[in-house]
Amino acid sequence: MIKRFLYSQKVAPYVFVLPFVLVFLVFWIYPLGSSVTMSFQKITLGQDAQWVGLDNYTKLLGDKIFLKAVMNSAVYMLCTLLILIPLPMLLAVLINNKFMWGREFFKSSLFFPALTSVVVAGTVFRLMFGEMDSSLINSFLGWFGIEPVKFLKGQVTGFIALLALATWRWLGVNMLYFLSGLKSIPDDFYEAASIDGASAWQKFRMITMPLLKPTTIYVLTISIYAGLAMFIESLMLWNGNNSPKNIGLTIVGYLYRQGIEKSNLGYAAAVGIVLLVLAMTINMIQLAFSGLFKKED
Amino acid sequence: MIKKGFIVLTLCALLLALAGCGKSTSSSATGAAGEKSVIDAGAGENATELSYWTFVELHGKFFEDMLAKWNEKNPDRQIKLNVTVMPYDDMHNKLSIALQTGTGAPDIADIEIGKFPDFLKGTPQLESLNDVIEPYKDTIVPSQLDLYSKDGQVYGATTHVGASVAFYNTEILDEAGVDYKTIETWDDFKKAGMQVYEKTGKYMGTADTSANWQTSMMLAQQKSDYTDASGKPQINSPEMLKGLTVLKDLQDNNVIATIAGGQPDTEEAYGEFNSGNYATAFMPLWEMSRYTNYMPDLKGKIAIGPIPVIEKGMPRSYGGGGTGTVVTKTAKDVQLAKEFVAYAKLSEEGNIAIWDTLGFDPVNMAVWDMEDVTHNPDNEFVQYFENNPFDVLNEIKDEIQLIKSTEASPTINNVLNTVTLNEIFEDGKDIKQALDDAQAQVEQDLQ
Repeated sequence: MIKRFLYSQKVAPYVFVLPFVLVFLVFWIYPLGSSVTMSFQKITLGQDAQWVGLDNYTKLLGDKIFLKAVMNSAVYMLCTLLILIPLPMLLAVLINNKFMWGREFFKSSLFFPALTSVVVAGTVFRLMFGEMDSSLINSFLGWFGIEPVKFLKGQVTGFIALLALATWRWLGVNMLYFLSGLKSIPDDFYEAASIDGASAWQKFRMITMPLLKPTTIYVLTISIYAGLAMFIESLMLWNGNNSPKNIGLTIVGYLYRQGIEKSNLGYAAAVGIVLLVLAMTINMIQLAFSGLFKKED
Repeated sequence: MIKKGFIVLTLCALLLALAGCGKSTSSSATGAAGEKSVIDAGAGENATELSYWTFVELHGKFFEDMLAKWNEKNPDRQIKLNVTVMPYDDMHNKLSIALQTGTGAPDIADIEIGKFPDFLKGTPQLESLNDVIEPYKDTIVPSQLDLYSKDGQVYGATTHVGASVAFYNTEILDEAGVDYKTIETWDDFKKAGMQVYEKTGKYMGTADTSANWQTSMMLAQQKSDYTDASGKPQINSPEMLKGLTVLKDLQDNNVIATIAGGQPDTEEAYGEFNSGNYATAFMPLWEMSRYTNYMPDLKGKIAIGPIPVIEKGMPRSYGGGGTGTVVTKTAKDVQLAKEFVAYAKLSEEGNIAIWDTLGFDPVNMAVWDMEDVTHNPDNEFVQYFENNPFDVLNEIKDEIQLIKSTEASPTINNVLNTVTLNEIFEDGKDIKQALDDAQAQVEQDLQ
């Protein structure tokens, strides 16, 4: 009986995907559903939830701090896309080159930061970018006669610190994605191009870039989401969720502030739903443009 | 063959080690991360075990002293205390989640005054302490109980008055030829500060951007508050404008300057003070314990004095900060927990211990007059400071104002400490404009 069940070609696939489906339902669909419900409610400690209709959403629209958080997340996402796609691609090409000296060393040392905890890295970066003239970056700037900068108190300088942290930490991971993409490009193409007299740049433009497209799309997709959902980096860099003038506040940071710090769960749920809609929309547009939904010929 | 056996052995050892780890984490009663310790303080076998969360390590030490006294006095109702120390934000957030979900909360917890109104929203998931406070009520400053009350029910046992004072570094002042005892008004302070900056190149004080101790102090002098009588925020009141204008003028004359960390009670600022870059801090009295713990180099160089005022005759102090110890609704033995908390924090023994171990100004003001307690030469705080803190406290005793804690307070503090004070002292934004913006933001937030 059991044997027949296990060997049945019809049933087995369902049994195998069952764990995933269960996890997906319990830890994804159920919380998502209850978040949507909560976003239409006012939830007060020790009392029954009250239905308030669209109140949370209309309040969000006029909430300047929320708009600031959305701006911060969007700018952070765009900057990480501009840095964390071209740079790792370039490094991957360099490291993939057979004439490159010390390839394995560079590969592992660039990947190494990804293994550290964001909490530790964020704390170290906070100390590095401290405003005292004795902090690492400021004493370095001092050699060039530049006055100490209050990095974590200004919008632009704060973002420089934040992006430095992100680059340091994620560069290696994205580079590995591109490296694995490069390995799947056959050498023959390059040989053929060389015979035809193509320059290194032309080979990169005409062979490497187009053939890396699936990898690039993948990295782009996860980077968009990761950028919009960034939270811990900012939390650690400013040693808490309250950065001066909210320069480091992100959408998730605002969700955390409203839901956990102010026990305003209904409003926080609305923030979460907006984040979901935003990330989904951007990703869908991006995927549609890159032709992912087109039927393969 | 030997090799194979070795691998199996190693794997077994590894598995055992992992199992060991698993066991130790699953047995933690609260499931919370953080430093844990169990205080049995002479408790016998039948003692009730209660859990206690705090964000200040020293508070655990204080409870240890009080627990020993309690267990001795109540042999049939002994207690073992399970103390978990967590960082400030973490502890409050975890407690908030635990109370909302109704599981995982400790029996007893500390809640800081800035967060307290959030825990009083809706129906508080805390036990009213009214009945156990009754015996001690007459000895305590009444306003201290109001801070942690809602609708006539007291939910938190207060810790200290937190009378704010000025901490002067006399080494720097002597170098500049300034005597702090002659400083009475902000004009005096400004003159002294300009002299200090000119002679030593050091700043007289800090312009705080990440905490509003200074703003509260300026409001209290003018007998004003962040909220009006009905609890409505009034951030752009004339008193706020006046107070911040005085501070801004000090900053413009190099008397005070912004500090790393944004206020004196931060890690970065302890370092700045310890290396003697700033001469004065205006802080509640509990800042004393930060001096003894984090600024050892300043021992014997710090004098305590009343805070300068805008005009002579204005009240020179206000009660700042504070922690209410609460008993949660899910506590194992509510009555026992309540009685112990009240005894530990509000009895006379408790108040003496609060000064002895924590260096706080106790809420039972009768203790302020006990010479043998306040001038005890073995006390580390008496030893550290140039003058005795209680000489100053008794001088300003009748001038200590109260800044109310209302439902709007967490929002007001958040807007001031993240946005407004930074705009004024870091960016030089027009004060009136900054305050109007803050008022609008707070009103919008509270909708």
